[in-house]
Amino acid sequence: MPITNYLVLAGILFAIGATTVMLRRNAIVVFMGVELMLNATNLAFVTFARIHGDLTGQVLAFFVMVVAAAEVVVGLAIIVTIFRTRRSASVDDVNLLKG
Amino acid sequence: MIDFVAPTIDWAAVSPVLVVLAAGVLGVLLEALVPARARRSVQLVLTLGALAGALVAVALLWGRVQEAALSVVGGSYLLTPFGLGVQAVVVVCALLGVLVVADRPGGQDAFAPTAAAVPGSTYEEQARRAGLEQTEVYPLVLFATGGMMLFPATDDLVMLFIALEVLSLPLYVLCATARRRRLLSQEAAAKYFLLGSFASALLIFGVALLYGFAGSVRLGAIAEALAGQGASPLAGMDVLALAGVLLVVAGLLFKVGAAPFHAWTPDVYTGAPTPVTGFMAACTKAAAVGALVRFLFTLAEGMDAGTRHGVEVVLWTVALLTMVVGTVVGVVQTDIKRVLAYSSIAHAGFVLVALVGFSETGAAAVLFYLLAYGLATVGAFAVVTVVRERLTTPVPDAEHGAASAASDTLLGEATHLAQWAGVGRKAPWLTAAFALFLLSMAGIPLTAGFIAKFGAFSAAVDAGAWPLAVAGVVASAVAVFFYVRVIVLMVLTPPADELVPDGGAPDGGAPEAAGTDAGPDAGAAAHAVGGGAPTGTLTAAPAATRTVVTVVTTPGPAALVVALCAAGVLLLGLLPASVLDLAGQAAKFVP
Repeated sequence: MPITNYLVLAGILFAIGATTVMLRRNAIVVFMGVELMLNATNLAFVTFARIHGDLTGQVLAFFVMVVAAAEVVVGLAIIVTIFRTRRSASVDDVNLLKG
Repeated sequence: MIDFVAPTIDWAAVSPVLVVLAAGVLGVLLEALVPARARRSVQLVLTLGALAGALVAVALLWGRVQEAALSVVGGSYLLTPFGLGVQAVVVVCALLGVLVVADRPGGQDAFAPTAAAVPGSTYEEQARRAGLEQTEVYPLVLFATGGMMLFPATDDLVMLFIALEVLSLPLYVLCATARRRRLLSQEAAAKYFLLGSFASALLIFGVALLYGFAGSVRLGAIAEALAGQGASPLAGMDVLALAGVLLVVAGLLFKVGAAPFHAWTPDVYTGAPTPVTGFMAACTKAAAVGALVRFLFTLAEGMDAGTRHGVEVVLWTVALLTMVVGTVVGVVQTDIKRVLAYSSIAHAGFVLVALVGFSETGAAAVLFYLLAYGLATVGAFAVVTVVRERLTTPVPDAEHGAASAASDTLLGEATHLAQWAGVGRKAPWLTAAFALFLLSMAGIPLTAGFIAKFGAFSAAVDAGAWPLAVAGVVASAVAVFFYVRVIVLMVLTPPADELVPDGGAPDGGAPEAAGTDAGPDAGAAAHAVGGGAPTGTLTAAPAATRTVVTVVTTPGPAALVVALCAAGVLLLGLLPASVLDLAGQAAKFVP
């Protein structure tokens, strides 16, 4: 199987993630879309590392994981705070600021 | 067995960033160790000390970095004169920003007693009564500043990504901590977070593509691969490189706040606590523009004429769109924080004008612009923090009980433009300073903004982008309208609240609170800012109670910041030569 297939898969996953972010209304689901984009990136990094035969890409994948974890901590905290106030995690309900 | 070889690290070169980040870590520790009463002053001293120390470190490094760029940890941290210049701008603006954060008009700072409490809950009320303070904001500001200083000082795309996150994550949290209008604040944080993490996902995917193209994440190596050198097996795939560059640029432009990635700016600037808005508006923009300059200028060296032209077309389009959106939409805003937010979008456009052409003069102009814009912005938001609503009750009545035995309560900021009518009579000096900041943003001669805009547009003309410069001048002219409108409102229009006897607002500049003491926090929840909706359900206050707009003129850190920024804006406008020289030195070998 040619290695470019992995890149195509990474591209598809990234596109699915980006579409999720733009179309879905629930903040948690939107956030899952972002996570999918980050993981698609990881797949791309690892595949490129294989193509180039060096470790940089693999190391990068770890960095991305750590950053994604940090983002989860901050992001879920914010979303949960809003949920506790309004009993809803829909981004449509969050519209006091019109913009 | 191989012996361990310790890496040689040029600690002096990393010292500005190191001081700030170490102080941030120390600040988190102090949260746990220092008793609550002393915490705020200790944190404040630590924060200001660290930022002052970073400024000193930057100054000490200035001469050394002129000779050659300092490379640390194998080039992951590469300090060029330009990077150091951006660090200087960031630290100066952060120092002023922290002073505004520390300001406590009316004895309360701008942050929620406990940001985790549900707005309007008893727990929150208890925390407020107990006088708790969220002193974690100081370490958070330090971490964000550290990330911002790292952002323009690296040639390594991984470091770029890490720096982006280090600067963003604290800002997301800071946005959610406003004392008043807490729902707006939380909403701003959520919007900023969701869009911000989307943008950083775009950026890191761009990095992945560039890594695939060049086999390296160093900007220099990528530029070489773009030029057709290097031994990457994918070196011929220019599509990969172009997509990568565009994705990374999109991620950076999001932080800059340029159209079409500006959608978050007005909402987040409005919802975030005003001191944080000032800090974020000035420093984030400086850092992100710095990183953008590093990224584009380095890669442009390797691009062939076709690719370079493509990237320039993208920049032109974004700059034009940003200026148009910032000025045209800014004209119809009715909230002072939104006006300033759209003005910041317009400024992002002006800065991008200077970038086109990737020239040395352009880089110098960008640096000067960032400083001029940063001073005016921090100053303007500092003024916004002291223009407040005050709930006055002529006769303290039994209904209020002991809590409002004092006949008036200081409420949140009066951000609706109509409430700013007549502020000039209440606080002439403050109004003069605010007018100065607005005139500087408009680019009127004798202020910093004029020199900055002149530099930016002439850099564009030098690069052959004169239509863009003309568009910039036209956009500035339109922007003058909405700045002058605010000044006229403040100075010439009589204050509205002298005429209206009741808490009900005449024009939708509604007071945000009910008559009860818990009002500022709980009542704010349902109130839409600048929405023009009268707060029908909330005006349950006795008819005698009225909300007036006051200006807190007691001397405090915010007043100091306003004075310093005003002095800076005037000085840069009247005697710009020395700072222009410094900016020129910093741009000596771009990037």
